[in-house]
Amino acid sequence: MTALIELKGIHKHYGDYHALRGIDLEIRKGEFFSLLGPSGCGKTTLLRTIAGFEAPSQGTLRIDGRDMQGVPANLRPTNMVFQSYAIFPHLSVAQNVAFGLRRDPRPREQKARAVADALEMVGLGGYGGRAAHALSGGQRQRVALARALILQPKVLLLDEPLSALDKKMRETMQVELIKLQRNVGITFILVTHDQEEALIMSDRIAVMFEGEIAQMADPETLYRRPNSRRVASFIGKMNFLEGRVDEAGERILVDVAGLGRGEVSPEQAPAGATPGPTTFGVRPETLSIVYPGEEPQGRVAPGIVDEVVYYGDMTYYDVRIEGVAEPLTISMKNLMGRPVLDVGTPVGVIWDEKSLVVLSR
Amino acid sequence: MGILDASPRVRAAALTAPPFLYTLLLLAFPLGAVILISFMTQQGVALDTTFTTANYQRIATEPIFGALIGRSLLVASLVTLVTVVLAYPVAYYVSFHVRPERKALWLFIITIPFWTSYLIRVFLWRIILGFNGVVNTALVSLGIVDEPLTFILYNLNSVIITLAHAYAVFAILPIYVALEKIDRSLLEAAQDLGENRLTTFLRVTLPLSIPGVVGALLIVFIPVIGDYVTPELMGGPGGRVAANMIQIQFLQLNNWPLGAALALVVMMVVGLVAALFGLVFFRWLRRRA
Repeated sequence: MTALIELKGIHKHYGDYHALRGIDLEIRKGEFFSLLGPSGCGKTTLLRTIAGFEAPSQGTLRIDGRDMQGVPANLRPTNMVFQSYAIFPHLSVAQNVAFGLRRDPRPREQKARAVADALEMVGLGGYGGRAAHALSGGQRQRVALARALILQPKVLLLDEPLSALDKKMRETMQVELIKLQRNVGITFILVTHDQEEALIMSDRIAVMFEGEIAQMADPETLYRRPNSRRVASFIGKMNFLEGRVDEAGERILVDVAGLGRGEVSPEQAPAGATPGPTTFGVRPETLSIVYPGEEPQGRVAPGIVDEVVYYGDMTYYDVRIEGVAEPLTISMKNLMGRPVLDVGTPVGVIWDEKSLVVLSR
Repeated sequence: MGILDASPRVRAAALTAPPFLYTLLLLAFPLGAVILISFMTQQGVALDTTFTTANYQRIATEPIFGALIGRSLLVASLVTLVTVVLAYPVAYYVSFHVRPERKALWLFIITIPFWTSYLIRVFLWRIILGFNGVVNTALVSLGIVDEPLTFILYNLNSVIITLAHAYAVFAILPIYVALEKIDRSLLEAAQDLGENRLTTFLRVTLPLSIPGVVGALLIVFIPVIGDYVTPELMGGPGGRVAANMIQIQFLQLNNWPLGAALALVVMMVVGLVAALFGLVFFRWLRRRA
């Protein structure tokens, strides 16, 4: 399938500040794509470049095969949901949704029906007559969505659309947005700093740091096989271990300080492996603790519980192991019959070489 | 026992007392006096305090007064229109095109003419617009006209020009504030939804700045209708307005009761116009909401 949006070598300078440093990106039709990164990484600048509010200093942008250079925002086949929602305060809900239909040649009644349908779609049926300033945050967000989607854009751009909502509302909207996207089939590009949100919603994610894409992959690959320490620590919780790669030929042999030697597959080294000192990553849920009275299975390293954080369904243990610089965080499900261990309890830590990730330094 | 220990009611009364007295002394009291005097008759230097409506009857029957009030309304309306129309682009420029850190400087520069006495500014316009003034000298020496233009001084034109300049700041500031309050993402949203810069202005910026424009219209209109200095100095015989007649009654013809009655009639007319205007505006606001 060909790319709907194609960015090649996009740079953006603001005076001395280099906001985007050579972005290459292809986004497919119908995809739910996320730009994820900390504030100031350039993700919003990139979104605004696609929307036409910023002109790239260098590079080309094509949407549906058409070069967008010099095409102003009002003539691009994109629509945006702004972070502040940008609902027109002097217009009613229906007038807001109908704002972009001015040049639409359809007769008035048909347009009114389209507006009603769009409001229905976002769960605001019957709200058309309300004043825009009387809406709650979640409702404004829905109006912004309806207003953009009614124009049937090729691409819908969402700039941190959920960050202003409270946690519960955010979770509801995440699910609704996914459903909506599947129903309308429009390509969504979401900008977010919330890694969980990106993992939940996206088909693919580009993780950005300092104006560059650090890694681009589907959520599972990104979580399981981050290519660098930066990406690994930005997405979820990751333990970092020091060690070395002993052999990086047909087989990759590694030696993890405090845990021991093992062999990893090439997929476990997304950025490649070269012999020498390196950093390994291992997720808390891929480690486990041998409870008193249980038979250990697999490789076990002895340690002492250093910290206990109880979450209800889970307990996070920090376990100190001799030879490992930092205590390893291990998440354990609180299954029936399992006690919550006290600080200072000696435990065995089960680890598996298959869950290691070789990270570039 | 200090005022801070008193009950909230007493404290509130004590705190509002100074401005209340001030208002009473400087506004209500003189206004009351004007109302009383308007029902009296002038007897030489003294006032005959017998109640009479003769002054109002004169104003209602003698056509000169109606004509003067009509001209006052016309001049004030024209001045207001010219002022606000010219002020809008200035306010727009400062709000949208001046860099944020420079805005305060621009507003400061806009208020500079206010550092000069109002009278001096009026006289400056005489020098600019006069028979041998800046404009005429320039036009003649450039050969654009053969002899100095006479229609630019001592008539309504010169009154309107001078007043529009004098009240420009009163129009610029409220419009500027209204424009500043507009969320800039609304303009991007309009563009995103297919509008170009002009239609974005017409559909978003202009409607959202209307409260500022209405404020500017009222702030300019009300004082302009009471201004008698500029019409006196710039208007010539054809440029006099009701305010001049009030001044003449009080200071030259020594007929305070008639002057007071005329002042009150003008005040009521202005109040009526402002109220009508406000009513239309609020209707419009409510219809939009």
